[in-house]
Amino acid sequence: MPSPFILDRSSVTQIMAWVLVALLPGIGAYVWLFGPGILVTLTLATVTALAAETAMLKARGYPAKPFLTDLSAIVTAWLLALSLPSLAPWWLIITGTLFAIVVAKHLYGGLGQNIFNPAMIGYAVLIVSFPVQMTQWAGPLELTSLDSSGVHLTLAQSAAVIFGSDLPKATLDAITMATPLDVLRTGLHQQMTGVGFEWLAAAFLLGGLLLWALRIISWQVPLAFLAGIWLTAGFLHFFDAGRFGAPWFHLFTPSVMLCAFFIATDPVSGATTPRGKLVFGLGAGFLTMVIRTWGGFPDGVAFAILLMNVCVPLIDQYTQPRIYGGARKEPRA
Amino acid sequence: MSRELFTFKGGVHPSGHKEASNTRPIHPAPLPKTLVIPLRQHIGNPAKPRVSVGERVLKGQMIAAASGAISTAVHASSSGVVTAIDEQPVPHISGLADLCITIKTDGRDEWIPHAPLDYQTMTAADLRLRLRDMGLAGLGGAVFPSAVKLDPGTAQTCPTLIINGGECEPWITCDDVLMRSHADEILQGTAIMRHLLGSSEILIGIEDNKPEALDAMRAAAAKLDFAVEVIAVPACYPGGGAKQMIETLTGKQVPSGKLSTDIGIQVFNVGTAHALARAVHHGEPLISRLVTVTGHVLRPQNFEVLIGTPMHLLITLAGDREGMSGVLMGGPMMGMPMPDLEVPVIKATNCILVKSDALFPPLPRALPCIRCTRCADACPAELQPQELFRFAKAGDFGRAQEYHLFDCIECGCCSYVCPSHIPLVDFYRYAKSEIWAHEKDKQAADLARERHEFRLFRQEREKAEKAEKLAAKAQAKRAELTATPAASGAATPTEADAKKALIAAALARAQAKKAEAAPQNTDNLSPDTQHEIAEIEARRAKILELARQPLESEEKT
Repeated sequence: MPSPFILDRSSVTQIMAWVLVALLPGIGAYVWLFGPGILVTLTLATVTALAAETAMLKARGYPAKPFLTDLSAIVTAWLLALSLPSLAPWWLIITGTLFAIVVAKHLYGGLGQNIFNPAMIGYAVLIVSFPVQMTQWAGPLELTSLDSSGVHLTLAQSAAVIFGSDLPKATLDAITMATPLDVLRTGLHQQMTGVGFEWLAAAFLLGGLLLWALRIISWQVPLAFLAGIWLTAGFLHFFDAGRFGAPWFHLFTPSVMLCAFFIATDPVSGATTPRGKLVFGLGAGFLTMVIRTWGGFPDGVAFAILLMNVCVPLIDQYTQPRIYGGARKEPRA
Repeated sequence: MSRELFTFKGGVHPSGHKEASNTRPIHPAPLPKTLVIPLRQHIGNPAKPRVSVGERVLKGQMIAAASGAISTAVHASSSGVVTAIDEQPVPHISGLADLCITIKTDGRDEWIPHAPLDYQTMTAADLRLRLRDMGLAGLGGAVFPSAVKLDPGTAQTCPTLIINGGECEPWITCDDVLMRSHADEILQGTAIMRHLLGSSEILIGIEDNKPEALDAMRAAAAKLDFAVEVIAVPACYPGGGAKQMIETLTGKQVPSGKLSTDIGIQVFNVGTAHALARAVHHGEPLISRLVTVTGHVLRPQNFEVLIGTPMHLLITLAGDREGMSGVLMGGPMMGMPMPDLEVPVIKATNCILVKSDALFPPLPRALPCIRCTRCADACPAELQPQELFRFAKAGDFGRAQEYHLFDCIECGCCSYVCPSHIPLVDFYRYAKSEIWAHEKDKQAADLARERHEFRLFRQEREKAEKAEKLAAKAQAKRAELTATPAASGAATPTEADAKKALIAAALARAQAKKAEAAPQNTDNLSPDTQHEIAEIEARRAKILELARQPLESEEKT
């Protein structure tokens, strides 16, 4: 065995565990806003992901233990679950998770080999295939409680909805509304301010800052992504404030914060050079706003990330940094 | 200290474990019964034996002489009889045996006559020749022949001289205790270096985790009649690497593929300065050095060890313990495992690190790279280790070279921080050796092709000559027969000459073109490898010259 003979204490498991921990504030806010239904979704996605991971590792002839304990499958499951509508039906959750783990991750070669972000592939497949189910969001607690019978669903009730049992009609009406982003698109956002989405965004931001403080993510990607959103939104708002939301409003949406700190920062499918990370983040932010504004889907984050994933090899190649003692400018074509 | 320090990029902070061995005083290791002294202890050509089996040698006697420009001599570390000159196991990563001189010591430890050198009255060239004959080589680990480094060359002077007391590798403390106990001699050596290099600025960099060494060196420096700055630098591995030390102290980076002397800086290890002082002021060649014996032993400490002493002797001396899981020469970051404890201490042996599973747990199973780029953040050469790994693993060595594989100093920081526990440095070593092997094959192929081309040319030429002769003969015959004036007879040889000149010119053109098109991938190699390759090139050039000679003589006739 050659040198070095010592290692610091980091591990893939440790990194993934911190990512999960950093998601907890967001999950907490989610429960507070939408009720405990998300916990059912998270559990279902986690179980599906671990089962799919085990089966695929076995099929590919890899030992299950070191790869299951790296926790990467759970991270994918949680990120997908948090992107889904809060009371999405069970089959939607399973389909998305299976697609993420089996196709986007393992068919591309497993951990470290996937060129696309698995959670975003899962999301994209679902929104393209099941647009109706993917755009029915339960409103936040404050909104639903304005309704006649708008009470928080209990964990059992949430599970019942997710697994397809019937609910009283009134409750169903209360929980079915356009997605927060649809609301944004249709200009209803005035009502939305102050009802809690900012709190969810803030909770994701908090978790993200923890990851940055632990140096698990770099500053470049989140900052560039947020800058991309803000600049594009600001540009649009400047020209037509009536049609386009204020930049700060676009920034403080949960999907943007989740993406900035947890999705765009996925190291496997993202750019690796410092400048490349800036390009990746800016591009993803810009594309998110473009798709949000002119695209046919309620949100652009998933497609923006996938489009930037495609560009990663190119970005990396053209943003190679200067090496120690190297020329100031690399004459690379 | 008023001096502004700079930070190099990257680096890691493994725990030092220095206190294990740096509190005990230096202990002289006993004279072993046999000394096995390898002829290749330094970078460059191995030394050539000057003694024969059965011959009695004295302590300090040159038993093998330097050969070639980059080489240095080897000496008997004690008096005794040469019992063998053959291949013995040596401390080398390959585990292969190498040529050694074995001396059965007689216990008398009898010195050869030796006297101090008056270095100030000698010419620099003479002094360097003497130092080469005294076997001086860099004791920091690279063992580059010191006489070569003490030659400022065409630049005449080397403005900045850095004495490196960084010693950033965990566990190793031989430089630390040397500075604590022999600061005056280190500075005497520094004075000689300053004299030879004509340096005006002398900086001594010592990591701030060695306060006692800093104090001792400052006190010694204050006594000198020239200015020396003793500077505490932040402890950060590999801050004791020459390039990193240069950047920390001066803010300058050594351009990729160049030497530090190209930017007017030369760096020596404190141990080398001490050995130089011993050589000049006492006439003692390099026959011993300080070795840290630490890790899983009862009494970790530093020994003054004769070159050629078997390593197991030192481990016994420091108190061997149950549960030894291996022995490294050097530190845990860049050290190499010893296949056999019979191997001798050589000039490069700064540390013998005894491993145990408790101190050095077996490395966990490697997972795939997740491109987290912690390696890139830790890389002091500012490379993209994750990309190099990808290319090396895929066998895409050309791309690896494009991404500056040969700027990698193999410090091990990338492997140290890798959360997937990938032995990254291993992949780089593999890629480098593959490229070198390919390079050698290519050179051999080039030589073979040149030989073949020359053979074809020669055959062509012989054919032409034969034809010429036949034609001349025929003509002569015809002339004889027909008695016609041979007006055309003169034209044939002229034509042949012209043809020959054309062939020669074309050959020269082709060769020039080939030389131009030769790959430049040797640019980024370490100086040592470059020297090695330069030598191979020189040999090749000589062979080519020999091959061309008949052609030239042919042209003259």
